[in-house]
Amino acid sequence: MTAHESLGERLIQQGISRRAFLKFCTAMASMMALPPGSAMAIADALSKTLRPSVIWLSFQECTACTESLTRSYSPTLESLIFEMISLDYHHTLQAAAGFSAEKSREDAMHNAYGKYLLVVDGAIPIKDGGIYSTIAGRTNLDLLQEVAKGAAAIIAVGTCASFGGIPNAKPNPTGAVAVSDIIKDKAIVNISGCPPIPAVITGVLAHYLTFGELPELDDLGRPKSFYGETIHDRCYRRPFYDQGKFAKTFDDEGARNGWCLFELGCKGPTTHNACATTKWNGGTSFPIESGHGCLGCSEPNFWDAGSFYSALSMPAGALKLGTAAAVAGVAVGAAVSVANRAKKQAAQSAHRTATIADLKE
Amino acid sequence: MNFPPIHAQSTYSVGNIRALMNEIVACLEKLDRDDEIGMIDLNSLPFSPGEYEALRQTLGQGEVSIRIEAIGPSEIIETHYPGVWWVTHYNVEGDIVADAIEIAWLPQIIRSQPEDVRAGLARLKAQLNDQD
Ligand code: SF4
Repeated sequence: MTAHESLGERLIQQGISRRAFLKFCTAMASMMALPPGSAMAIADALSKTLRPSVIWLSFQECTACTESLTRSYSPTLESLIFEMISLDYHHTLQAAAGFSAEKSREDAMHNAYGKYLLVVDGAIPIKDGGIYSTIAGRTNLDLLQEVAKGAAAIIAVGTCASFGGIPNAKPNPTGAVAVSDIIKDKAIVNISGCPPIPAVITGVLAHYLTFGELPELDDLGRPKSFYGETIHDRCYRRPFYDQGKFAKTFDDEGARNGWCLFELGCKGPTTHNACATTKWNGGTSFPIESGHGCLGCSEPNFWDAGSFYSALSMPAGALKLGTAAAVAGVAVGAAVSVANRAKKQAAQSAHRTATIADLKE
Repeated sequence: MNFPPIHAQSTYSVGNIRALMNEIVACLEKLDRDDEIGMIDLNSLPFSPGEYEALRQTLGQGEVSIRIEAIGPSEIIETHYPGVWWVTHYNVEGDIVADAIEIAWLPQIIRSQPEDVRAGLARLKAQLNDQD
């Protein structure tokens, strides 16, 4: 496996048809919240892209982030995602162990210094010199600082790497912190969630490969295309919220009628993530659709933010909602794709091929 | 305790279908007038349970249905309204990986791709040479 051949060349070698690749890019466009018509342009850009070297460091974590990603698609589509990158170091997935594993990390760093992507899952303990989590005799803190130096960008996968997550929850015995608490001089994308939505992980990777830069971020460093709206903004139970129809227990009439779970502790109104539309398990459903409120796992300090089952203390009025807003919500949802299309007309035109530059506009 | 009868909420619509139908009308007009393709990504819409199925029923099935096998199946049907195609891509396990309404004369994915045509041509020539 070499990092120097383009993705297009690799696919041809493996007998993957352009049409199959186009299908994959259609799924990618949808993940990246780009207009679906942009698949062709993405396919063109991706097939010419050189596969970047990726070093994946796992610190204080439970491996659910890796599980989320590797179980995101069937083996064949998933392997296509891994074809897009040269994954040179990942504890859980690599065959190498011990000294040879650490050597592969050093080699990857040396060969692509300044260019590799660093993916981190897990928080970093810094109390007592960081001794509470070590790999090959070195503290997580030390490893992160060393590997971050040569990285083009850092992707913090999961709430632990993004905000400290559960290791950072009270009383935080190990002094766990987020990547961004330690590294201050690199571009960092936070893909929060416990675990994060697999499509968001692959969507961010695809964005970086397609456009050669990280996607636009919100004030907490999360990609806006996935974290721009709250669960509540896109929740299909929202009309019930606006009508004041709330389930009061998990088995009352309201619960059975699918009413809003706000009073049962739903954190949807303050949680930014794409679960309500992207959903889970291959698009099957998401927690609220299964009858349980949102836990708010993609927000900082979600574990310490009070009981999962007590209603948010914020007054409902502060959300600036009403029946009018709910109706507007639906209209806005549809209008977004119209606006997108107007803006990205180039991508949609039957006669002009959209380029990556068009999509960047 | 005496609960009032429970009604299944699966037919409850939050209004997505009407909004979508209006958008499809606008797209069809553009296709007819300006030859412009329209696409609506269904994965990004907050459907309530049952709404997706209701949209399927509303659009119905027209004259054409096509199946592609490329890393899992893809189903392409022309709906009851010519020019309005429903394009669903699955992975090999049968999960939907992309789902869109495409308003076009012919969905993009159906055409043979130049790269594939060239590769096929090379294979065909090699086979002919082998037989010589
Ligand atoms: S409070 Fe929760 S269940 Fe209710 S509408 Fe908002 S996100 Fe949906």
